[in-house]
Amino acid sequence: MASYTDLEYLKLPKFRRFFLKLWDFIASIPFRLLVLLFAIGRFFRGFGNTVVGIFKTIVLTWKYGDYKTRTSYFIMGFGNLARGQILRGVLFLLFEVAFGVYMGTVGVYYIKDLGTLGTVERIIGRGGKIVEFGQNSFDILLYGILTLIFIVALAITWYMNVKQNKIAQEILATGKPLKSGKQDLNSLIDDQFHKTLLALPLLGILIFTVLPVFFMILIAFTNYDAGHYPPNKLFTWVGGNNFGELFSSGGSGFGSAFGQILLWTLIWAFFATFTNYFLGMIVAMIINKKGIKLKKLWRTILVISIAIPQFISLMYVGRMFEADGLINSLFQSWGWITEPLRFWTDPMWARITVIIINIWVGIPYLMLITSGILMNIPADLYESAKIDGASPVKMYMKITLPYMLFVTGPYLLTSFIGNMNNFNVIFLLSGGNPTNGDLYNGTAGSTDLLITWLYKLTVNNQDYKLASVIGIMVFIVVAVISVIIYNAIPSMKNEEDFQ
Amino acid sequence: MAEQTNVATPVVYIPDNGRKKGSQKKNKRIANTVIYIVLVLISIIWIFPFIFIVLESFRVDPACQVPNPFFSMSGKPFVWGFDNYAVLFTDPKYPFGKWYLNTFIIALFTAILQTIIVLCMSYTLSRSRFKGRKLLMNAMLVIGMFPGFLTMLVLYKVLSSMGLSGSNSVPGLILVYIASSGMGYHVSKGFFDTVPKALDEAARIDGANRAQVLYKIILPMAKPIVIYTVLTAFMAPWGDFVFASILAKADTDGYNVAVGLYKFISSKTTRTSKYTTFCAGGVLVSIPVSILFMFMQKYYVEGVTGGAVKG
Repeated sequence: MASYTDLEYLKLPKFRRFFLKLWDFIASIPFRLLVLLFAIGRFFRGFGNTVVGIFKTIVLTWKYGDYKTRTSYFIMGFGNLARGQILRGVLFLLFEVAFGVYMGTVGVYYIKDLGTLGTVERIIGRGGKIVEFGQNSFDILLYGILTLIFIVALAITWYMNVKQNKIAQEILATGKPLKSGKQDLNSLIDDQFHKTLLALPLLGILIFTVLPVFFMILIAFTNYDAGHYPPNKLFTWVGGNNFGELFSSGGSGFGSAFGQILLWTLIWAFFATFTNYFLGMIVAMIINKKGIKLKKLWRTILVISIAIPQFISLMYVGRMFEADGLINSLFQSWGWITEPLRFWTDPMWARITVIIINIWVGIPYLMLITSGILMNIPADLYESAKIDGASPVKMYMKITLPYMLFVTGPYLLTSFIGNMNNFNVIFLLSGGNPTNGDLYNGTAGSTDLLITWLYKLTVNNQDYKLASVIGIMVFIVVAVISVIIYNAIPSMKNEEDFQ
Repeated sequence: MAEQTNVATPVVYIPDNGRKKGSQKKNKRIANTVIYIVLVLISIIWIFPFIFIVLESFRVDPACQVPNPFFSMSGKPFVWGFDNYAVLFTDPKYPFGKWYLNTFIIALFTAILQTIIVLCMSYTLSRSRFKGRKLLMNAMLVIGMFPGFLTMLVLYKVLSSMGLSGSNSVPGLILVYIASSGMGYHVSKGFFDTVPKALDEAARIDGANRAQVLYKIILPMAKPIVIYTVLTAFMAPWGDFVFASILAKADTDGYNVAVGLYKFISSKTTRTSKYTTFCAGGVLVSIPVSILFMFMQKYYVEGVTGGAVKG
């Protein structure tokens, strides 16, 4: 755009402008990549500096430390105890003891087999008696990761302990007193209050989200499935084999099934997001139109339909469209059709039906969200457009839509990603059916999204290794889409700045 | 929209003004009539499944296989009554009362504990500036991009090894719901961001510590967001199906209402015979949840768009 002034640019025909924008975007990709590379480089340099700094501190503290400090290198908290900071010292010491006990009893056992995930299988003799108890790959992997986390935690705590000694020595050298245990506790509700507040939530996230996600990422590199189900059969590391299957060609292989389901997931997310968005906006505009009475009634009727728990309405409506459901029996009794319509049995019908029912599900939400924003559009914009002779369609295209896109851009992104992972609508309406034998031996159906396929592979087929490959791929797709759209949104903001 | 079509150049057509005004009015009336017809149609489409669920729940006609309140294949007239509701609470094979109680307990505990966790998280991320704050938020954004179901296998194994599955799945579910709820801090952080910081500073100058600032200044002001968090947390367990079914497995004592009702309608043997029972159960579940939703809908809009506008 550099070669045009704003006025010249506006005079250009529409398609030229579009191609210019597209070209700008493509031309900026190398630059963006460069920026990204620099950012990565900066990150690693910063990281390197930090590591060097840490080692420097450790060595220098040893060099200038007194005997209390030096003993703390082996007995954590000794320096604190010797200098009268009983609370801190006891905590450090307790952590070291707990770590030693854990490693000595269970930690070593799990971590030494982390490389093989166990070699001794369970042997069951005659009469169902367990001859050899055997190992369990699942436990080895899970507790192995936990032990690694423990080791990292110990390293961090040990470094904190060293640094505290250094600081204590410096403070004492200036002749000031150290903080007492009571002051430490007081600071937890004052200047260290954020630590108190974050401790519990972050612990929960670490144990119930981060650890499982990390575990499942590792599962993608093993052969954990129904045929390798511990304790009777163990699983082990297989490297990138499962990801290699993604690129396997062939009729009903995992790769082709993944491609087809990913494509349908994207198509579904696109239609589910944009049909809802535009139709919901239209409904909101109709209700908000000047001169329409009973606005509150129309709104309440739509809101009632989302007030009812989604799983009930979805199951009921899904059942309505079945071969012996309400719609088909009504049409049959009226003599409109002789055969039941194939809503859930024909792949194409099923896909269209879920999209249409999803419109029914989504419009009330969009009506709620958009009507507030629509009312916020400054009325003088419309008035001046009217005076200039703009038609309603033109006003919609030039005022309403840009304004809405500006305000709801981020919402559209989250709702697109939400629809990609919209388990409830698909699972409760069609259950992913009709089943399709071409999709990896019929493990998935024609309306299955990646997320419902993941669920089915886990629950029905116990194919955990491929389920976690799908999970990782979903993550990659979501991340790529987010990055692209987030990069696109600021440009939109610059152009249509209403503020 | 048609009301705006003929307004363009009134000055040029001054002699025709009277005629034009008449046709304008007529156009407007036609447009409004069309809109009313559309609105009535929309209302029918959106409301009739719910009217049918209610009608269906009062239908006593096990012989009739058609899930349809108006037509009987057997040709017999319908009987209306409360039998479906009675079955829900008397059939020991389907202890709906137990499921309802389970769900209520889960919802209650989740609402309380989740609110506390979310408030801790969002208040801290909004107010405190500490080392690694941005890193923490970005890490949670990235972790959140993994599909949540990925973790269900691990969570099931861990919880069942702790004895929290099967008939004991109620505490297990509470744990699952609240443990990761800190990740959903965005809406209430958006709220705290709008509370002026001058209030905190004034209180700090008067000698309050940070905990006192939170309890005495911020929390009383945060009533809307507390209500919003409590209500969303209370309503979510009523519709959760996935984790609840995985954790409870085949043990009907550990079901919540969503799993129980899903089993009615998904199993081949009961999908037609238990159809009206499903509707009765659906009505019973819908009543409290819909009332709560109607109550919080204005907060809902603020929650969704409040975060979106700022981007």
